[in-house]
Amino acid sequence: MKDFVLMMIGAALVNNVILARFLGLCSFMGVTTRIDTAAGMGLATTFVITVSSMADWAVQHYLLDAYGLGYLRTVTFILVIASAVQFTEMTIKKVSPTLFQMLGIYLPLITTNCAVLGVALLLVEGHLSFIGATLFAFASSLGYSLVMVIFAGLRERLALVQVPRLFAGPPIAFIVASLLAMAFMGFSGISTG
Amino acid sequence: MGFFERIFREPRWGVHPDNHKRPAADAPLRVLPPPARLYLPLHQHVGGAARPVVLVGQKVLKGQLLAEAQGNISAPIHAPVSGTVAAIGEVTAPHPSGLGFAAISIDSDGEGRWIETEPALDPFALAPEEIARRTAAAGVVGLGGATFPAAVKFALGKRLAVSTLIVNGGECEPYLSSDDRIMRDHADQVVDGARIVMHAIGAREALVGIEDNKPEAIAAMQKAAAAYPEVKIRPVPARYPMGSDKQLIQTLTGKEVPADARAAEVGVLVHNVSTCAAVHQAIRLGRPLVERIVTINGGAVARPGNIFAPLGTLADELLAFCGLKETPARLILGGPMMGTPLLHGKVPLVKGASGILAFDAREAAVPKAGPCIRCGSCTQACPMGLLPLEMAARIRAGDLDGAVDFALSDCIACGCCAYVCPSHIPLVQYFSHAKGELAARERARLRTEAAKRLAEARLARLARESREKAAAAARRKAERDAAKAKAAARAEGAPA
Amino acid sequence: MLIAIGSLALMGLALGAVLGTAARYLAVEGNAIEAELKDMLPGSQCGQCGYVGCAQAAAALAKGEAAPTLCPPGGKAVAEALAAKLGVKVDLSAVADNGPQLALVAEEICIGCCRCLKACPTDAIVGAAKQIHNVIREACTGCAACVDRCPTAAMSLVPVPVSLQHWVWPKPAPA
Repeated sequence: MKDFVLMMIGAALVNNVILARFLGLCSFMGVTTRIDTAAGMGLATTFVITVSSMADWAVQHYLLDAYGLGYLRTVTFILVIASAVQFTEMTIKKVSPTLFQMLGIYLPLITTNCAVLGVALLLVEGHLSFIGATLFAFASSLGYSLVMVIFAGLRERLALVQVPRLFAGPPIAFIVASLLAMAFMGFSGISTG
Repeated sequence: MGFFERIFREPRWGVHPDNHKRPAADAPLRVLPPPARLYLPLHQHVGGAARPVVLVGQKVLKGQLLAEAQGNISAPIHAPVSGTVAAIGEVTAPHPSGLGFAAISIDSDGEGRWIETEPALDPFALAPEEIARRTAAAGVVGLGGATFPAAVKFALGKRLAVSTLIVNGGECEPYLSSDDRIMRDHADQVVDGARIVMHAIGAREALVGIEDNKPEAIAAMQKAAAAYPEVKIRPVPARYPMGSDKQLIQTLTGKEVPADARAAEVGVLVHNVSTCAAVHQAIRLGRPLVERIVTINGGAVARPGNIFAPLGTLADELLAFCGLKETPARLILGGPMMGTPLLHGKVPLVKGASGILAFDAREAAVPKAGPCIRCGSCTQACPMGLLPLEMAARIRAGDLDGAVDFALSDCIACGCCAYVCPSHIPLVQYFSHAKGELAARERARLRTEAAKRLAEARLARLARESREKAAAAARRKAERDAAKAKAAARAEGAPA
Repeated sequence: MLIAIGSLALMGLALGAVLGTAARYLAVEGNAIEAELKDMLPGSQCGQCGYVGCAQAAAALAKGEAAPTLCPPGGKAVAEALAAKLGVKVDLSAVADNGPQLALVAEEICIGCCRCLKACPTDAIVGAAKQIHNVIREACTGCAACVDRCPTAAMSLVPVPVSLQHWVWPKPAPA
């Protein structure tokens, strides 16, 4: 039990998908102009990562490992992820047309969001049990959502301040992102303590 | 008042600007000889503009009705001098835009003959409705600056069973002393007017709040009110904006007026001391509101003081009467905190104008605005408990809805935030801009909705017309067929 | 080799079947946002945006083919609302320029032909044959549908005059 909790904290905060592993940066910069969009993106990605990781674990264990098809890993994983994304897209379009409109191109692009494939591949490398893998994927995606919402909040405040013209727009956003990453480095103290 | 008592009584909101009221407040009241021509705007009050009832060239007497009230919330305008109606046209409005508005101009004959008035010897024998009617007919509006028709407020107070009348002698704006002067010179009129207003709204007591930087006014009012225990004189700490009704109500009664409610809903009604004096004039003497006391002050004025002047006098004439030391760097109608900047002095004195300030270059200097340093001084100063820095940041970024979420609509535009801002950010201008933009947006929305309704009505009309046309065509065809059939039948029957 | 091909094909088929079923249950009739956008447009079907009517303009907006600034009669307010709904940023400076406008009949050249009356989407022009026409200011949206119809060029658009009630404090210049 204690192992699971530690692993989840590690996956969400210490080895954060965005700020420590630098995965999923395109959505990190792309849809964080407003908190509600970022939260929607976080929810959608959380769903995709959790579901596809569970499916990928099953594929890895019962198909790829069983028949020695390890070389098909990337292809099969992408297949599963793409299906999950399609499913999410249909759901969002049905439930919230406004969110669908706001996420725009970034919604289908979850397919190529390296965070999703990254987490699935990390699971395989880590040789986790099914429950462990599910929790790891869920915690990682929660970490992703958390950083998305925090950064969107920062950017909303950033839109209100007078930034020197040279830094206005993406430059100051990247600087803020780096400061946020440095702040998250503080969590690495948990592992050594 | 002890030191600790003072600390605890001192409100936490507001600011304490140098009041600059003296020596203007101590100078005796002077009477302006009526100028040759006066300009009476039709819109000197909140609500609908008045409608002229005189013709160009017509002779009028002092106090004669020039324009009647139009709509539920409106006030009539009367002639401040006897003379001839010279024109009905446009004059520059006392407004930062410098746009014009409709006004009646009158050439004075210099005689100042009053029209026949209808004095009430015992106002307390009159029904409250009759007092409200006479007050409305006399064109009395809130003279503190809000210019809300007084009689409309009476009706509101009567309907909501208001128990306390608050008489506002706060006059917290620096430089201004017209209310101070009326309390010193005409305390009996103010107290009598307050008692008439109490009778009109059915209030049991009147609390007269006077800032403690006006000891002479407090003494005069206490003397005048000594015979009437229901009129209580309450000195309040001098602090800007004590003269704002919500702040004065809170200081005197401890009640806070909710954001979306009126003062009457917490059982109080606020009237200015000058308004009370005008009610006294209207009821006891039957005289409409045609003159007022106005403070002429500022560094550019040679002999600052209070002037009793007819409404419609141009600001330039008032300033010339007091003498100018230099060309004013800025003219303001009202106080320096909330007043209206005037583009030039060819602007008539209106009912709500408590002062005209002519600032010299030193007083008018506006420091350059710097970036917000988020010190929070404005949030401490805001008497409404708002966050001016957050609202201004959102307005600057064009996010008006964000500013509304921070309760922009509760802003009373008192100017405390801009006064304390160490970066000299023109916060009030941001808020005024945003309020104007929001109003414009609301107008545009209503317009769009109206256009949509009209377009739908037109489509319905077109559909109905084509339906009717088709029906008429079908009817004609049926008639033709019937006629044909009849003709055929006749043709068949004829040979037989 | 066969196992690899077979398993991939099988996975593809299975996932395809799941998605196909899901698509049936989650089908969306029409575009919901289109209806919302259409409600925000003036609905006068004036055609100034280049589309036949407001419904078509809403469809183009939803597809992202048109900018939120497409509606001249709606002005800044409608453009802002549309942009907020679509979650896009727009440059409102282009819209703010001409402000609200009104149609005006030049009475000395109007010949009373009644063509403009029929073109007006909000019935804002009154008149009869051989009588000088006039515009009802409250009903006019400034859509310019009448301007091209006039055979004598008596119709023109003029900016709505600023009055005391409509004047807005300028925004302070940035520090």
